[in-house]
Amino acid sequence: MAVWFLPLLIVGTTILLSLPVGFYLAWIVDGRYRAPGWLRWLERRLDTGVQNWKQYALSLLLFNTLMFAFGFIVLAAQSSAPLNPDGKGMLAPTTIFNTVSSFLTNTNLQHYSGEVHLSYWSQIAFVVWNMFVSAAVGFCVLAAMTRGLRGDEHMGNFYLDMWRVVVYVFLPTSFFGGVILMAAGVPMTFDKAIEAFTLEPGAMGKDDKGDPKRQLIARGPVAAVLPIKHFGTNGGGFFGANSAHPYENPNAWTNYFECVSILIFPFSLVVMFGRLLGQMRQAAVIYGVMLSLFVTMIVWAVHFDTQQPNPALKGLPVDQGEMGNLEGKELRFGTSAGATFSAVTTAVTCGSVNCMHDSLNPLAGLTPLTGMWLNCVFGGKGVGLVNLLVYLIVGVFLAGLMVGRTPEYLGKKVEAREMKLAMLALLIHPILILGPTGLFAALSWGTEATSNPGPHGFSQILYEFSSASANNGSGFEGLSDTWGFNDTKPEPYHTRAWDIATGLVMLLGRFIPIVAPLALAGSLAAKKRTPFTSGTLRTDTLTFGFVLLGTILLVGALLFMPAAVLGPVAEHLGPIPF
Amino acid sequence: MYQPMTPPSADAPADLKSSRRLSRRKGLFAPDLLKTALVQSFVMLRPDIQWKNPVMFVVEIGTVLSILYTVAKAFGYPSEASLGYLIALDVWLFLTVLFANFASALAEARGKAQADALRKTRQETPAYRLFKREDAQHVLNEFDGSSDERVEETASTQLREGDCVVIRAGQTIPGDGEIVAGVASVDESAITGESAPVIREAGGDRSGVTGGTRVLSDGIVVEITARPGKSFLDRMIALVEGAIRQRTPNEIALSLVLAAFTLIFLIVTAALWPMARHTELYMQTHLGKEVRSLGTDIPTLIALLVCLIPTTIGALLAAIGIAGMDRALRANILAKSGKAVEVAGDVDTLLLDKTGTITMGNRRATRFVPLGELSAADVGALASLASAADQTPEGKSIVELHRRMEDAAPLGVLPAGARFIEFTAQTRMSGIDLPDGRVIRKGAADAVARHVQQRDGTLPPRLQEQVDGVASQGATPLLVCEGNRIAGLVVLEDILKPGISERFERLRRMGLRTVMVTGDNPLTAKHIAAQAGVDDYIAQATPEAKLAYIRQEQQGGKLVAMMGDGTNDAPALAQADVGVAMNSGTQAAKEAGNMVDLDSDPTKLIEVVEIGKQLLMTRGALTTFSIANDLAKYFAIVPALFASTLPWLKAIDVMHLHSANSAILSAVIFNAIVIPLLIPIALKGVKYRPVGADVLLRRNLLIWGLGGVIVPFIGIKLIDVVLSVFA
Repeated sequence: MAVWFLPLLIVGTTILLSLPVGFYLAWIVDGRYRAPGWLRWLERRLDTGVQNWKQYALSLLLFNTLMFAFGFIVLAAQSSAPLNPDGKGMLAPTTIFNTVSSFLTNTNLQHYSGEVHLSYWSQIAFVVWNMFVSAAVGFCVLAAMTRGLRGDEHMGNFYLDMWRVVVYVFLPTSFFGGVILMAAGVPMTFDKAIEAFTLEPGAMGKDDKGDPKRQLIARGPVAAVLPIKHFGTNGGGFFGANSAHPYENPNAWTNYFECVSILIFPFSLVVMFGRLLGQMRQAAVIYGVMLSLFVTMIVWAVHFDTQQPNPALKGLPVDQGEMGNLEGKELRFGTSAGATFSAVTTAVTCGSVNCMHDSLNPLAGLTPLTGMWLNCVFGGKGVGLVNLLVYLIVGVFLAGLMVGRTPEYLGKKVEAREMKLAMLALLIHPILILGPTGLFAALSWGTEATSNPGPHGFSQILYEFSSASANNGSGFEGLSDTWGFNDTKPEPYHTRAWDIATGLVMLLGRFIPIVAPLALAGSLAAKKRTPFTSGTLRTDTLTFGFVLLGTILLVGALLFMPAAVLGPVAEHLGPIPF
Repeated sequence: MYQPMTPPSADAPADLKSSRRLSRRKGLFAPDLLKTALVQSFVMLRPDIQWKNPVMFVVEIGTVLSILYTVAKAFGYPSEASLGYLIALDVWLFLTVLFANFASALAEARGKAQADALRKTRQETPAYRLFKREDAQHVLNEFDGSSDERVEETASTQLREGDCVVIRAGQTIPGDGEIVAGVASVDESAITGESAPVIREAGGDRSGVTGGTRVLSDGIVVEITARPGKSFLDRMIALVEGAIRQRTPNEIALSLVLAAFTLIFLIVTAALWPMARHTELYMQTHLGKEVRSLGTDIPTLIALLVCLIPTTIGALLAAIGIAGMDRALRANILAKSGKAVEVAGDVDTLLLDKTGTITMGNRRATRFVPLGELSAADVGALASLASAADQTPEGKSIVELHRRMEDAAPLGVLPAGARFIEFTAQTRMSGIDLPDGRVIRKGAADAVARHVQQRDGTLPPRLQEQVDGVASQGATPLLVCEGNRIAGLVVLEDILKPGISERFERLRRMGLRTVMVTGDNPLTAKHIAAQAGVDDYIAQATPEAKLAYIRQEQQGGKLVAMMGDGTNDAPALAQADVGVAMNSGTQAAKEAGNMVDLDSDPTKLIEVVEIGKQLLMTRGALTTFSIANDLAKYFAIVPALFASTLPWLKAIDVMHLHSANSAILSAVIFNAIVIPLLIPIALKGVKYRPVGADVLLRRNLLIWGLGGVIVPFIGIKLIDVVLSVFA
């Protein structure tokens, strides 16, 4: 029973907090706050006036293009920038492309190792900056889409939305979170890595001259990165070991705090959606569907990982006791913390990890994969709910026809144009996952880069593209996808192909599912509202909740079942070693 | 001045009628329709035709690829699959396309049969064209079919808009038009299937005539309003045949969704090949020998694709649309476009005429109220006497009411010499002067009161109160007096059609608002509205008031349906989202509306709405069914694909199918035969129940959603059992 305590505590706390936070978010997004004079002066400078969906989308794309260029320059010029006490050089060009795409798209897929490859300047000017604004972009998209759905004449102003989210939401919460984490022992310093003498001389090996090496303990402005890494569902770790590293996640309580901070905004955004619409019941149905999927994901992962032995040790004289699969876990957090975290981080496309997903029992590995495939179980900040709305439109369309009316959502008729956009948004995700996975699985690009052959290796490829397309950023690991600095050492297995392919997948998987729903909302906003009658399909009932759940599960299952069978299921059913 | 009534000749029209009736009665699978459809389903294999249905086009391409592959195999191309299995796959893939074509072809054949029946009424007939329109009345009076210098004989096909033709009894009306002179009884059975002749006359709201119908008596002069080939009937025929059938907005949206699903599954299947290859290569190094699985076999992947893409709904979509039009026609509604039928399902507000729809034709006497020392029976007797010669429905109903009273003395034979006083607009009274000097009058309250006062009579003290009391209940009070004495009141009331309030309740559950349109004063209108249970009413309705009401509803985002017949209804009919013109109505009304009700039945609006809803529901239900089916097919096919590389995947074969080959074949066969099995549902439509959206959704979700998940598990297993017997 004890294994269920942590997930219960995390989910319970988040649900309780999501109500007030959601109301606060709605209050901010609707601009009903009264900021101090100098902030208002700044706001007025940013506000370029109300925008329709095209202008909004254009501003968003323009902003992201500038960010891309800025990020590329910061990373490429790392060696000549300040705050580089350890003298880090320049990353390989494809790695820079991959990393810039990754942080721009809120993915935080890391084909580098934070403490080894990035200077403090890059961590602050590139990582932290991107974490704030890329998270805010998703937030803005949802705000704009909600305005369209509720029938506003315009979608708001992108720059103003961005300002509001960063300044009134992320900055205060991140400051608060940073203080808490520092209190728990997370370092915050610009000093270089510590050179420590080990008790046993030569424990770290010897250098060329035969002298014992000293241990290098990496540190840095970690507490500045951490809060927004979670609040913004970014997930890019300061250290390569991410939230399993003791400086990123010192103890069980910080682990709990980090889980809640990953979940809080995705949960609250659903509340905000209902509040902005003025129809809390609509949001309640969506919240219920998401929550039931989320709880299923956690239960599945904990059941198949924490409550089942590691099949690789079966038959060996090892007593696995009641602890389940311990491979790749940080036991400081508790036995079920790894499995729980894997569900949390993939449901909301955070991508930070506190255990090795590669080491999860095969079936438990389905939980993170499913989270990324559906990509709407609360989902990434803003975009998760946007994805769910796309599923919802598809559900509304089928259910609406079944009650004998032209389908409607929130009083707006869903017709050919809307369906075209919804299907485009729905289509892009499986294409970006299955296409490249197939390509890499059949070529040496995939087979030679994986650390395992067979279904497990297949899962590694599948996971990488799922993570990229869902803008999640976590890794199954086991892929040789890290090149490192731009030196002349021979290329690790096909790293370039991985850098470029996942970089492109991240960019396409980010912006098409953002622009298409914006257009959809714009198209709905322009329509006349039809009055509600007893012949209208209600989208705020339990029945419709089942329609929505059914649509998500059925479409999700149909798209990804063959891949799931070839990866985790085949590994689970097949004989060891596999 | 008119020729005597000639009995309708029993030749062509009767045959037409019976043939038309026959075509309507025809079963779903009448042999001649089946034959036509069968031939047509092969013709539709032509890529340029098949292309119009993207889902089935993909199946056709897949079938061709699969056949090519089979031929290659026959000539020695190495493949994991056996030749027999490949041939069986080809056959069933081909049958899938054929079944889909057959569904569309059958629906079209049914439409064509209807069209043929209509076309028979459109034969070329002689027409007598007037040179000058001004001669209309004279020609009508004098023309006897022989030569006349004011008339030229021509053919119906030669007529142009604006031509005036004279039609005598026994002749067929040569084209759509408006009567400019005369009155005639017309047999419209060729179009409506209704054998009772109808009266059509110049001026007023019954002046429209349709080409192909037949004048039974008298004669008329008609101004032609449609060019040949553009007449109402021509448009109908084209529409029914599907020649100009345009896809409706919902159909376009659904086609898009289906195409997108097809694309998605194309990617899923295409990506499966390299994934399966990856597994094969690994197992090869693992086992140290060559391993091939069906996962890299092209025909098998095509079979998987065909099973996954929504072929069921893709095959039946066109048939559903055609069948919707067909159902409307069976209800004797001619829709000018498929879109009109579809929009009917979305209607929020129904404008219904009071008279004929909500109430029986006219007001009837329901009570006699004595106002002095007389009894109700005495008042009845007086009123009855006053109405003895009154031929209006109201007058007849007074006599009728009195006759049914238990304590009333029979009126007996009227004494000779009694003089009837006709109702006039000036006196607003009618009555009788008896030979014994008694003067009995009945009429509007104020008119009778003045009549009594003129004869120095006195009015009972509470008269005005009583009269107002009756009026406030929505009834019309008539005063009856004898001499200078007020005898009592006759209460005339509107009689609601039986079951009308239940019908409105049903409409309310469907989410429709009903609005009663009446010429009555607001007080009466309000009372009847409350009695009938309509949601709103327009009293003292003028055409402008109707138009304004429709505009106001549409402003609020509502879709409005109305029915009308008169020329002055035309603007409102045009403004309404669904405007149903009565066939008896004027040409202007018929042009303005987007449907014509051949029966001229005012309650038809309700049926129109139900047909529209049924059309959408059928599409939604079959799409859900089609997609829900995929789950079971996966469980059958995916383990089979990897039977030779990952044999332990047999664990997810929950149906325990006989072999890999039979599993895949069973899924393909199920996918194919479900199409013809669902044709009856596509053509008849999913049953619509007026129970509100929530209940309807739950019901359809259970049947088509959950059913769609479960049924294929059973079906595929059964087919597999049969196949394993043959194997």
